[in-house]
Amino acid sequence: MNWVLLVQQLINGLSLGAIYAVIALGYTMVYGIVELINFAHGDVYTAGSFVALALLTGLGVTGHSAAAGIVFALIVAFLLTMLIMGTTGVVIERFAYRPLRGKPRLAPLLTAIGVSFSIENLLQIWYGPSPVPFPQLVPNPFFALGQISVGQMQLVVIFSSLIMMLALHFFVQGTKLGKAMRATAQDWMAAEIMGIDINKTIALTFFIGSLLAGAAGVITGLYYGNVWFINGFRAGLIAFTAAVLGGIGNTTGAALGGFVIGFVEVMTAQYVGFQWAEVTIFSVLILVLVFRPTGILGQQLSERA
Amino acid sequence: MARRAARFVLLLLLGVGLVTLPLWDHNAGHISNAADAAVFVLLALGLNIVVGFAGLLDLGYAAFFAIGSYTYALSASPFYGLHMPFWPMMILAAIIAGVFGALLGFPTLRLRGDYLAIVTLGFGEIVPTVFLNLPKYTGGTNGVPGIYQPTLFGYQFGYNPTPYYYTLLVVIAFSVVAILRLRDSRLGRAWLAIREDEIAAASSGINLTTTKLLAFSFGAFFSGFAGALYVAKLGIVSPDQFNFTVSFTVLAMVVLGGMGNVFGVIAGAAILYLFQTLFLADLTQWSHSIGVAWHMPLLTQLDFVSLKFLLYGLGLILLMLLRPEGLFPARRIRLLIAEPQHETLESVEVGDEPIVAPPGADA
Repeated sequence: MNWVLLVQQLINGLSLGAIYAVIALGYTMVYGIVELINFAHGDVYTAGSFVALALLTGLGVTGHSAAAGIVFALIVAFLLTMLIMGTTGVVIERFAYRPLRGKPRLAPLLTAIGVSFSIENLLQIWYGPSPVPFPQLVPNPFFALGQISVGQMQLVVIFSSLIMMLALHFFVQGTKLGKAMRATAQDWMAAEIMGIDINKTIALTFFIGSLLAGAAGVITGLYYGNVWFINGFRAGLIAFTAAVLGGIGNTTGAALGGFVIGFVEVMTAQYVGFQWAEVTIFSVLILVLVFRPTGILGQQLSERA
Repeated sequence: MARRAARFVLLLLLGVGLVTLPLWDHNAGHISNAADAAVFVLLALGLNIVVGFAGLLDLGYAAFFAIGSYTYALSASPFYGLHMPFWPMMILAAIIAGVFGALLGFPTLRLRGDYLAIVTLGFGEIVPTVFLNLPKYTGGTNGVPGIYQPTLFGYQFGYNPTPYYYTLLVVIAFSVVAILRLRDSRLGRAWLAIREDEIAAASSGINLTTTKLLAFSFGAFFSGFAGALYVAKLGIVSPDQFNFTVSFTVLAMVVLGGMGNVFGVIAGAAILYLFQTLFLADLTQWSHSIGVAWHMPLLTQLDFVSLKFLLYGLGLILLMLLRPEGLFPARRIRLLIAEPQHETLESVEVGDEPIVAPPGADA
């Protein structure tokens, strides 16, 4: 066995998994609070890539600009994209999901897929049906660690994802708003009795989930160097799988699931063939769920849940 | 009484219209569209057993459609040099799809709600990917071309859509009778029981394992018919005909029609299919004609073909917002919706003990 290759692929899996993990967080937060598979989430992520692309193009920054200019443009693009996508998430919730709260569960699922189709179509109209190049703004030298090489961009992906995950963790566990979110997820009726504004809390959850997806979109654009309107479907599907694998509703589980799926994908690509990635990912999911029906870190739900 | 009579007359007219369609509409394209719509009606009828009757959310129904299609395609095409007769193969395709329904249903038995959804979605992705990635055995990306057309008592079906249309009407009529009989059988009532309350059903002596597996199996069975007829009519099968959009469209047909209501589901399938293929495709032409007629240059420049998915998505959102229970909800579902907050009460009980005390519990 080629150990160098294995470790190399583990690092690649870590950066891929970090992106899945950040998207999965949005799925799991929304699911935890309104029990809805937000199918549009993957497309919000891809829309984030395109919004960032438009912003960076608008700012006229290229790989040859001065370093300070690139840093400034990136910060502006990140913050604005996160804000725009977060707002988009709130708008989607307000108009496509909130009116259906308490209605048959399949109704919001269908509107979610309807939103997903609509976003994909809008992105296709906006930037065309082919993959679009994304400006390569972060220089990507490779550092050699013995025989293993790590790209600077990979480090950026991993660290920025970790920062977002930690920030979310502190927000959810340490702030009053986070406490309101947890209370609503646990029992919205009791939370409402305690004076928590349920609508605001759910909107906040969508805002944060979509904001993270937008940030992940910017990061992927920079990492892969191109964006495609259809990306969101596959990424969303896989990130949702990650969230389910980790135990849906559980943020730590979503992060864990993201990394596991990332590893499974790169290992499949390396040892079996890239075209089998989805088959192994879903096979792993099915195997895990057969033995742990609520995912790796999922709580044991009571029978009626 | 008068209303019932009016409904009967209306249905009769509709039935006569559908049966005589190829006689007064000589446009082969229209008949072909009608036959494809009938394929989707058949698919929606099958999925309705799983989702509507048994309440099991299946997001990967296209997998069984694919299995049924490939069963006939591989057994009656130059790919393996086989030429099996169509009619027994159509039955066999349905049986094989049914067997796979039970097989793929097996790992999902312990899962509930959305966990089930994602696993079925996974199967829906795995099956076409397997067909795609094994070019030696399934033709890969190119699929299986040159599928032989059926013959009936020496009559060659060929590429003429009319015989397929009639065959589908007959198959649908048989399926509807079978499904209605099934619904009112012991098994069908067991499905409705587990849909309403799994624990209560199990406590009443219903075997959850066999009941659920039979739901998956019967649901998949009808997609086998659909698959065999669909590829025989088309003459070619390839993996991209079975992607998530198909699974989702069939689910949307079931939900839109009104889950559990057999006739509602048929109407839902027909309406959504017509909306998707005819309305969205012809919208550009219509808007151009209107633009020319009314001297509105803006209308002549619109291209709705590129907006197809946007309009489809927005249409679905709008329909769901207006009719969350579907256009023709089953009576049982209607009553359920009239009940306050049925779904949300369930999530209240996630913890160790229900916070909302059941009525009379304080006594």
